[in-house]
This record gives sequence, structure tokens and C-alpha cells, in this order.
Amino acid sequence: MTRSRRLLLLLAAVLLLGGAGTAVVLRAADRAGQTRPGDPVAAPGSVALDGGGRLVFVNGAPGPHLGAVVSVPGGEPRAARTASGLTCRRFHAAGGTGVCLSSAPGALAQDNRAVIVDSGLRPVRSFPLAGTPSRARMSPSGRFAAWTVFVSGESYGSAFFSTRTAIADTRTGALEPDLEKFSITMDGRPYSAADVNFWGVTFSRDDDTFYATLATAGQAHLVRGSISRRSVTALARNVECPSLSPDETRIAYKKRVQRGASLWREHVLDLRTLREQPLAEKRSVDDQALWLDDRTLAYGLPAGDAADTTDLWTVRADGSGEPRLLAPAASSPSRPVS
Amino acid sequence: MYLADRSAPAGAKGAGGAARRRAAAPTVLALGAVSLVTDVSSEMVAAVLPLYLVAGLGLSPLGFGALDGVYNGVGALVQLAGGHLADRVRSHKLVAGLGYALSAVCKPLLLFAHGLGPVALVLALDRTGKGLRTAPRDALISLAAPAGAQGRAFGVHRAMDTTGALLGPLAAFLVLSAAVGGYDAVFGVSACVAALGVVVLVLFVPSGRAAAVPGAGSAVRPGGAGPRGPGLREAAALLRRPRLRSLAVCAALLGLTTVSDAFLYLLLQDRTGLGERWFPLLPLGTAAVFLLLAVPAGALADRIGRRAVFLAGHALLLAAYGLLLWAPDWQALPLLVLGLHGLFYAATDGVLPAAVAGAVPDGLRATGMALVGTGQALARFGCSLAFGAAWTVWGGGTALAAAAAGLCCCAAFAWRALRPDGRGRRPSAP
Repeated sequence: MTRSRRLLLLLAAVLLLGGAGTAVVLRAADRAGQTRPGDPVAAPGSVALDGGGRLVFVNGAPGPHLGAVVSVPGGEPRAARTASGLTCRRFHAAGGTGVCLSSAPGALAQDNRAVIVDSGLRPVRSFPLAGTPSRARMSPSGRFAAWTVFVSGESYGSAFFSTRTAIADTRTGALEPDLEKFSITMDGRPYSAADVNFWGVTFSRDDDTFYATLATAGQAHLVRGSISRRSVTALARNVECPSLSPDETRIAYKKRVQRGASLWREHVLDLRTLREQPLAEKRSVDDQALWLDDRTLAYGLPAGDAADTTDLWTVRADGSGEPRLLAPAASSPSRPVS
Repeated sequence: MYLADRSAPAGAKGAGGAARRRAAAPTVLALGAVSLVTDVSSEMVAAVLPLYLVAGLGLSPLGFGALDGVYNGVGALVQLAGGHLADRVRSHKLVAGLGYALSAVCKPLLLFAHGLGPVALVLALDRTGKGLRTAPRDALISLAAPAGAQGRAFGVHRAMDTTGALLGPLAAFLVLSAAVGGYDAVFGVSACVAALGVVVLVLFVPSGRAAAVPGAGSAVRPGGAGPRGPGLREAAALLRRPRLRSLAVCAALLGLTTVSDAFLYLLLQDRTGLGERWFPLLPLGTAAVFLLLAVPAGALADRIGRRAVFLAGHALLLAAYGLLLWAPDWQALPLLVLGLHGLFYAATDGVLPAAVAGAVPDGLRATGMALVGTGQALARFGCSLAFGAAWTVWGGGTALAAAAAGLCCCAAFAWRALRPDGRGRRPSAP
């Protein structure tokens, strides 16, 4: 083949592939601005975190309010959504304070941050994050915020993964940047290892006690921790993403049901007896569930039609009943406060 | 494509005999362009994949960790198979092309992979493609460059490759800023870019048909090197060549004491109290220095000897370890360490295959590249495991001191083992 013919072929390939790439981007950009028929609708408005009994979550429906923190009446979760101007990957609110993990393209790398917002969703403080947002939780009083990010090398072939979990005092701005610096007790003895990873904090009402997942040596443990003592104690194995019930007697969590497989089932653990109850949800749940009240849990499941959205489902916490769709195209729910 | 031309060495612009000899061969530039385009494609995906999986699909960190583990060993072992296959069918271009094409097909497949299992499968296929193409590609580079310009040729290739790696995330962010939440668009554009890489390979890289093993009767056992190319026996006999054996042993030994980038960045942050916001930028610092100095380091290796530059690279890495261990609390410490780390890559990443090229006959070039590459990759993986364990028992500082001591010993051994006038008496690196 002559040189000019090869250059001609290259030009044709560039035009063809460039055209295809541009079409893909334009279609996605077009979709980003438009809502789809049948999807939940959202209109801009003011979202408040204190009172009103409204359910707050992150909107997953395509359109101008994709990723916005929205609210709906607690009794009518399928009603039209009121969209705030705050966009988050993960969001949680309690006690009139919220924590928003955001991620935006930066100049050189993704710009990830944790933003503490007041009851009107106005930013109060902001903390830079070292990686991809994963879990966010507020303490019931609104004083402490915790978040987990996933830190990785620049290349997905680097066979390296690590999480970092931080706890911030929203009143003073004091930051505990890495739970791995806390002292760990396991089986009654001090424990230390380089492969320790924490994630999924859930707080008690006393603004000191918290529960979280500690993973080390291939095992996920439930730990109970104390912020003031900077320590954690392992309580049980194979417990991930704990969520403390409002009455603080039980922990909802996901349990790996087959060793080595990524298949989790939601369970509830009685903290007094350490007896576990599998829930009626038979699908694999990979989320930190939320207690809507002392009897009901809400969690996200991948939506059937889109690869990158979840729907919110609820199931009874005592193992009875059946899972029910709470809100389509939604994630990161917070408990309604009346 | 114009970017590929821009990252060609300055000498390439000159005309006339002397300048022409110093320019990189067209095949090397074409392969560099293929790598550049392919790296834009794969790093586009790499930049948004964690966000897509963890925030979009809702995978937990442990789920993502399991995914990452899929790659351990896959790449290294496939590399060995790919290298040998390329020599066996006597078409490096064919096997490399298959590798590039396999990875290109995987990009749009990501869209249809909804759960952890399917995503892991697609990514494993992607890594298989990368493993397949690595050794035949390096063999093509070495066969296209004259013996005295191997270091420069690999330097040009690595610089272009790294340019692509740095441009990839920017391309992904551009797509995401044009289409909010458009992960499908990122995967689609990435697939188009990867397909373009395959087109460039098909059009502009000569077929690189490997010659039969020269002197098959003396150096390796006769009989196997028929029209189908060398068999497993000839491949195994490669290790009986003293020069290649010392290179493989030294690369593995030095790999055993090369602390993985991730640990180094964690230590750097631990040591300097570097803010969280800087952490994701640390790999970019290393890559930038690597990009700028890969060509000069390769050219220097051609001039003063590959052994000297390769070992000097490791000495610079040792200096970086030393700074992390003992330097006072300088402001410039992170920059110094990243600079030394990038220099280490510039002085070693392309120089090692350049040295391997001089130790392997043309007909077994890809096999030889794969043997050394696989040995090094497995050793580095072993180092990661051992370093993690040492960190647990002794703490980060002591573990690094141990690695530094090990590196010292291995470098001293390599200095002796790689002597040009060693027992091998083969025509080696000038």
C-alpha cells in the first residue's frame, strides 16, 4: 500500500471514529439536559433539613437536576421532587446538618470534597478528599460527620486499593482524617496491620460512640468505636456497612453470603444477643442501609435500565414482608424529621 | 496524531545524514503513536472508573478491592504467553494487534456490565489484551531500531506512551463536562480512540515478521525451528544464554526491592503531612518527569552503556528512599522525591528492554522480552506483598529501610553480574 493511500485511510478512520465519538458525546449531553417521559419529575425550590417530615435524597433521574439533593413529602415519596442547587455523589443529613460528598472534574485530577451544609443546604465548611466518595453519615445530633473515600493509584491496573475514613466535628471544624490512626482491639488484644481499612461509619446519639466496618486480612469486622478515646473494638465478623437503628438496639448490615463472591444480603443484628436476622430482600445489596424508623430499612439497588443509577427500596427490619420500591432513580436517603 | 509528531525527539526534525541517523525509526514513532492513542483511551476509563463503580453502581470499597485484585498476575502471565505466541506464529504485529483490538472491544462492553462480576470479567479481558501486546510491541521496537540506538528508541516510545497516559484523564473530564453524568459517552469515546490506535497499528507498523532463530543449531536445540517458528524448547533454552539470564535475574532481584508506587506515595504523605488534596496528583508528578526525561535517558544509555544508566536509575531510587527516611522537613521534599522517582522510571523502564534486545536473537525477541518482563512484574508483586507484611510488623519507616538495604545489595550484585566483559562474551550493549 502506498504512503498516500495509507494516510487517506487514516484520515477516513479519524473522521469516522471522530464522528462516532462526537455523536456519542452529543447524545449524552442532550440527554443530560432533558428529562425522559415516565421518570420522576423535579422542579427547583428550597429544600430544608429541619422538620416538615420530608424525605431527602439524591436525584438520579436524567435531566437538569441529576445529582441534586431533592426532597419529597415523607408520605408521598413518588410525588414531584423539589430540587436544591446542591449536587452530591453521596449525601446524608441529621439534626439539621448535612454532609455532601461531591466530585467534579478538576484541572488535572478529579476534585473531590466533603461539604458540611446547614439546614438550608448552605455550605458551612469544606474538606478536600484524597479519593473517590463512597459513604457519608451524620450523627443524629448533627454534630459529627463521617465519610469514606476510596483511594487508588492513577491506573486501574495497579492492584492497589485503600479506603480512608474521616470524622469531622461540624461545630469546631476539628478533623480526624484517618480512623486507621485509632487503636484497635480485636479478640481482647491490641491489633495492628498495614492492610487495615475502615468504612461505613454509623453514629450513636451520645455523640461519641460509633460503629463501622474494619477490614483486615480478608475479613470484614464490625467494630464499636469511641471518638474521644480514639479507639475501636471488634465485635463480630462478616459485617459490612453497619447502620444503627434509631432505638440503638440493632444494627442493619450487609453480609457476604458466599466467600470470595460479591454477593451480599441485608441482615439485622441484635446488639444485645448478637443474633442475626436475614431480611426479606433476596437481591444482593451493596449499600449502607438507612433506618426510616425502627421497623423499616431503605437502601439503593442498581436500576434495571441504566448502568449508573440506583432505585430506593424498603424492607421490614424483622425479616417479614417483601421489598417495596420507595423511589425510582434515587440514592443516599436521609431519615425524615417531623 | 499531531501530538505524536510533537513528542518526537528534536533530532527527528533535522534532515541529512547525521540527523537522520539520530532520529527514531518510523516504526518506533508509529508504535509510539499507537501506544499514545491507546493510553489516552485506557486512562480515560481509569480516571472515571472508580467514580462510576463506587458512586454510580454503588460498589463498596471491598468490592472494588476484589476487582483490583483480578489483575494480579493476569497481566504478567499473559505477557509470557503473548510473547511466545508472537515468536511462534512469527508475526509480532498480528499478536500485538489482537491485544490492542481485544482491549478496544472491552471499552463499550463496560456499559453492559452492571454488576461486580461482569465488570471484573470485562476488566480482566482488557488486561489480557494488554498482556498479549506488551512483549510483541517491545520486540517490534527493538527490531526496528539499530543496535546502537535501542535506548533512544525505547525512550521515544515510553515518552509517547506516558503522554497518552497524562492526556487520558483530561479527555475524560472534557467529555464529562460536556455531558454531565455521561459515563457511557466516556466509554464510547474511549472505544473510538482505542479503535483509532488499532487502525494506526494496522496501517503504519510493518508486519515485523520475526526471522528464524539464527544459529539454531548451536545456541538452541535444532529441530523445532521449522516454518512455524521456535517452540517451547527454544524458548526455554533462551535462559541458558548467560547474558539474558543475568538480565532476567537482575531485573527480578531489583524488582523484589522496588517498593510499589502506591506505598511510596503513602509513605510520602505520611512523612510530609502532605494535604489530602495533593494525594491524587502525586502519580502525575512522577509521570511528568518520566515523560520529559525518557528520551534523554535512553540516548544517554546508548552512549555510555545501558548497565550504567539502568543502575544509576536504581541509585536515584535509593536516593529517594533515603530522602524519605532521613531528610529534614524540607518544603521541597515531595518534589524532590517525585523527581527522583520519575528519573528512576526514565532511566530504567525503556533501558531494560533495550538491553534485552542485545541479548536475544531476532527470532526469539518477543519471548525474551516477555521472560524478563514477567520476571520483573512477578518480583514487584512479591515485593508489594512482602512490603505490606514488613510494614505491619515493623512500621513503614523500618520497612522502607529494609527495602533500601535490599536494593543496595541487589544493585551491587547487578553491577557485577551485568559487566559487559562477563562470561557471556556476547555482543552486548555498547
